[in-house]
Amino acid sequence: MKTLALPLALPLALPLALLALLAAATLLLPPYHEGNLARIMLLATYAMGYNIAFGYTGLLSLGHALFFGAGMYAAGMAAEYGGVPAAPGLALGLLGGGAMALAVGLLALRTSGVSFLIVTMMFAQAGYLTILYNTDVTRGEEGIVLAAALRRIAGFDLAQDDTRYLAAFAIFAVGLIAQALLVRSRFGRVMVAMRENEERSRMLGYSPYRVKLIALVISGLYAGVAGAAYALLFGYMGAGFAAIQNSIAPLLWVLLGGAGTVLGPFLGTAAMFYLTDLAASLTTATLLVTGVALLLLVLFAPKGILGTIRDRWAPWLP
Amino acid sequence: MGFGAFFLLASLEGLVSAAVLALTAAGLSLVFGVMRVVNVAHGEFFMLGAVAAWFVTSLVPGPPALGFLAALAIAPCLVAGIAALADRLVLKRLNYDPDATIVATIGLLYIFQQAALSLYGPEARPVPAPFSIRVQLPWFGYSGYKLAVIAAAAVVLAALWLGLTRTRAGLVMRATQIDRETAAAFGIDTGRVYAGVFALGAGLAALAAVLVVPIQQAHYLMGHDPLLLSFITVIIGGLGSLRGTLVAALVIGLSDGIISVFFSPTLAKIIATLLVALVLVFRPQGLFGGART
Repeated sequence: MKTLALPLALPLALPLALLALLAAATLLLPPYHEGNLARIMLLATYAMGYNIAFGYTGLLSLGHALFFGAGMYAAGMAAEYGGVPAAPGLALGLLGGGAMALAVGLLALRTSGVSFLIVTMMFAQAGYLTILYNTDVTRGEEGIVLAAALRRIAGFDLAQDDTRYLAAFAIFAVGLIAQALLVRSRFGRVMVAMRENEERSRMLGYSPYRVKLIALVISGLYAGVAGAAYALLFGYMGAGFAAIQNSIAPLLWVLLGGAGTVLGPFLGTAAMFYLTDLAASLTTATLLVTGVALLLLVLFAPKGILGTIRDRWAPWLP
Repeated sequence: MGFGAFFLLASLEGLVSAAVLALTAAGLSLVFGVMRVVNVAHGEFFMLGAVAAWFVTSLVPGPPALGFLAALAIAPCLVAGIAALADRLVLKRLNYDPDATIVATIGLLYIFQQAALSLYGPEARPVPAPFSIRVQLPWFGYSGYKLAVIAAAAVVLAALWLGLTRTRAGLVMRATQIDRETAAAFGIDTGRVYAGVFALGAGLAALAAVLVVPIQQAHYLMGHDPLLLSFITVIIGGLGSLRGTLVAALVIGLSDGIISVFFSPTLAKIIATLLVALVLVFRPQGLFGGART
């Protein structure tokens, strides 16, 4: 591959440039877009986790909402019922997402392809129903609004616009750099090998089950921390975040931005967020936008925005 | 009422859901078996059938039975037509690639939901039953219409079975399922077979919805549960095996009915989904599998 010859600095240059841009944005943007962008950065962290599983390792899952939900409820319930502060709450969310991915992966990765998709979807559905079943503590679809007093990190108020933006930025930045380093590492190459040709990788001495399990757990860590941060920063958790629609969402974002690209998840999430926002101001047919976007992508641009650019013009794109 | 009466009532309710489930799942199973396509939009074809039935019955004047019969004829054909169109416009162009068709049918799911929401609205609306006879059983009276649903489903499934095993169209379908290329080499237009199978699968779901809509109201989000239950049924029965699907529909419909009467329906669903996931992990050929290619 051509990219192998490049020094490490170049693949990191684009993510760093994006981070610089986002850091500058906080000074320039009006509060409305600042709030949007904080949301987008957290959802993009979720999408990056999905990208590690789907884009790089080739695991088509429809159960990631379970990992997002595990992180969200681990942090949210601990805060609501145990008074756990935000910083350990985030750690709980990270571990919750990872542990859930480990548990699901141990079983689901015994299957592959369509069966893997259905098994992950079924586990996620069971998780969603479990939240509904325990309505007396989770308040089901209605959800729980977290009190502002619980949403503080080292004395900073996460409910306030600027600190919220910075917290989301910090999580996104760590996730983005970690993803960029991961996919260039030795292990990252093996992940791609699993996607491209599992049999050949097995012949070369790698265990597909182990590699996929590790990739799925990393993916779960991303989803978990994104879910926890979403609950703590925006002060709300509800069963809707664990529903199937929230498993489809990261798939759509990653496909739109470009599966298996470093910046694709962020680009896809941002584009879809503003597209839905724009559509909502023009019509009420927001579901249509999602549906048509999925169809158009899969028909005409299966590699997404950045994947297409990489194929046509910029083979060096990370 | 004693335990026996409760049990009979639960079994009857279970048979009604089994009948509807068998029709819906047979459609999904057929599409997966022949085309190897996991149709995530299958539940939406069910929903479209129910919504179409509401439109037809509200447009046809006269007694409810007349409108219902019209719906029974028109709604499945309409939905089958939409499905054939979706196959031509989308699935065929993707070459039926498994991953791509999953994403595409998710897209179709959203489009159909939006179409129903925009044209039909967010309300749940009832469709009048074609007749309202109560059948008097020793302990309680039971809706004659529900018994008719069970009978109608049995007739349609028997016809489907005969069609697949005894007619030329069924032979062509099975040939395409077993080996698409050899079938094409023998002059079978496999593209038309695929469109036909996708339309038939959607039509079956729509038919099930028309039958159920006098019992359960039509709503634009009603496709979700039938989709999951059909998935469960098709998996338990063994992916792509029609016989397994029918047996599994009976088992799942009955146990769902019985468990829901005696326990919490949500708990029943949680247990069912987890069991299905485990079946798929440890017995991918299905509980009744073995009878598939």
